[in-house]
Amino acid sequence: MLQAAKKLGKQTFKFDNPPVIVSYASIVGPMEGQGPFGKEFDYVLEDDLFGEKTWEKAESKMLRETLKLAVQKASTSPAEVDFLLAGDLLNQIVTSNFAARALGIPFLGLYGACSTMAEALALGAMLVDGGFAERVVLGTSSHHNTSERQFRYPTEQGVQRPLWAQWTVTGAGAVLLAREGKGPAVTRATVGKVLDLGVKDANDMGSAMAPAAADSLLCYFQDTGEEPEDYDLIVTGDLGSLGLKVARELLVRGGLAVGENFTDCGVLVYYPEQDVHAGGSGCGCSAVMLCGPILKRMEAGNYRRILLVGTGALMSPLTVQQGESIPALAHVVAIEKKGEG
Amino acid sequence: MDEQKENRGRYNVLSDVIARLRMEKDLAEPELAGQKPPAGLSEQERQKWEKQADQEAYRWLVEQHKPKAPVKRNLLLAFLVGGTICAAGQVIMNYFQGAGLGAKEAAAATSLVMVFLGAFLTGLGVYDSIGKVGGAGSIVPITGFANSIVSSAMEFKREGYVYGLGARLFTVAGPVLVYGFIVSVLIGLVTFYFSSGS
Repeated sequence: MLQAAKKLGKQTFKFDNPPVIVSYASIVGPMEGQGPFGKEFDYVLEDDLFGEKTWEKAESKMLRETLKLAVQKASTSPAEVDFLLAGDLLNQIVTSNFAARALGIPFLGLYGACSTMAEALALGAMLVDGGFAERVVLGTSSHHNTSERQFRYPTEQGVQRPLWAQWTVTGAGAVLLAREGKGPAVTRATVGKVLDLGVKDANDMGSAMAPAAADSLLCYFQDTGEEPEDYDLIVTGDLGSLGLKVARELLVRGGLAVGENFTDCGVLVYYPEQDVHAGGSGCGCSAVMLCGPILKRMEAGNYRRILLVGTGALMSPLTVQQGESIPALAHVVAIEKKGEG
Repeated sequence: MDEQKENRGRYNVLSDVIARLRMEKDLAEPELAGQKPPAGLSEQERQKWEKQADQEAYRWLVEQHKPKAPVKRNLLLAFLVGGTICAAGQVIMNYFQGAGLGAKEAAAATSLVMVFLGAFLTGLGVYDSIGKVGGAGSIVPITGFANSIVSSAMEFKREGYVYGLGARLFTVAGPVLVYGFIVSVLIGLVTFYFSSGS
C-alpha cells in the first residue's frame, strides 16, 4: 500500500516543519470565570449577553473578539493571515460564519461538534506545513444558552438534569499558527474515525464519546511508537467525569496504561461545587482550556509535551428524537515545546 | 480480518478491547455467558447480532461507572417542594372560599393565582432553580405548566412575536395539551355513555 510522505502508520500525520503557536487567546463566560482557572483567561464576560441583544450575537462577538485578540497578540493584522478556520455548535455554524464576515480573512468553516478545536489545529497545521499558508488563525466557541435552546430545553425551564449530564461551556478560544516564530509547535495529529457503540441518551455524551477517544489514542501511540509517559499531559476535550472513567477503562484494556497525566478539560474547567454534574462540554470547553491554562503552563515551562484529544458527539436533536444512537469522533493533536532538552 | 491482524501491534485496537469486554461480561454474568448467535442467521443478521452484543458489553461497562442518582433525597425533595406548592394552593383556595366564592369558582381562581405565581417566578429566573431541586415536585403542579409556557415565551421572543413566541410558545407544553384534550374527550364519551345508559 502506498503511504503518504507525512503519514505515520494508519491515521497519524507528522509535520516536517511543525507550525508554531505564536499566540493564543480566550474569552469565557461568568461561570467559567468563577471556575478554578478563571484568572487565566484573557477576558471574563460580566454577563452572558456581552452587550448584545441575543445569545447568538453574543457568542459570535465572543468568537470574533477572541480571534482578533489572538491576531493582535501576534503583532500582525487580519490582512496578513492566510486562512481562518473556525467552527461552533449552532446550526449552519452561524457563530463562525458571522465572525468570519467581520474579519475578512479567507475562511473555511468546520464542524466536528466539540472536537472542532482539535480538528482546526490539525488542519491548520497541515495548511502551514504543506506550504499553503504562512499564518492561520483558528478558533471555536460555544455558549451555554445558545446550545441549551438548540439541543435541550428553554433555559428558564425548571428541569432536573441527570448526574452524568454536562454543562456547555460559554467561551471561545483561538490560536494563531505560523510557519516560524516563538512558541510551542504542533508536531503530530491523528485524525479519528467516527465510532458508535449504541449510546442513545443525549444526556450521556461522555460515554458516547469515550470509545472514540480511546480508539484515537490507541491509534496515536500505535502509529508513533511512543508511550503515555512521554507526555506531561494527555487531555481529552469534554468527556466529563463519567466519560473519562470509561475511556480510562477502555485504554487499560487496550494495553495503554495512562496515569495521572490523563485528564479532561470538562472535568477541569469547573469546581465540583459549581454543581454542573459531570463537567463542562462544548466546542469552547477544550478551546478555552487549551488557549488559557494549558498553553500558559507550556509557556511557563510546566509542560513540555501535551496531547489534546478533541472529542465530539455528532448528533442533532432530530436524530435523538428519531431514536438514533450517537456517533462520536476524536482527533489527537500533539503540541510540543521546542528548544532546550 | 487480515487488516485487523496487521494493525495489532503494541496496543489493541478498539474492536479487541470490546471483544475483551464481552468476555469479562460473560465471566461476571455466567447465566448469560457464551451466548452464540442463533443458528441459521444470514451474514447480515449475524453482523447485527454481533454489533448488539458489542453494544451490550459496552453498556455493561458504562453502567458500572455511572453515578447513582440519590433517589431517596430526590423523592423527599420532590415531596417537600410539590407539597409546599400544593399547600400554598390550598391556603389560597381556602381564602377564596372564605371570601364567599363557591367551590368551583374558588378552584378556578386558585388555578389563576398559581399559574400567575409560576409565570412570575419563571420571569424572575427563580423557577428553574426550584425545578433543579424539586424535580417532578415542581413540574407536575400547574405552576410547572406555567413555567414551561413562560420559559418558552422568554426563550423564543427574540425570533419575533409571530414565528418565535407565537409559533413556539407550546413547544414544551404542547404534548400535555394535546394528550390532555384527547383523554378529556375520551373520559367525556365514557361518562356520556354510562350516564345516558342509566
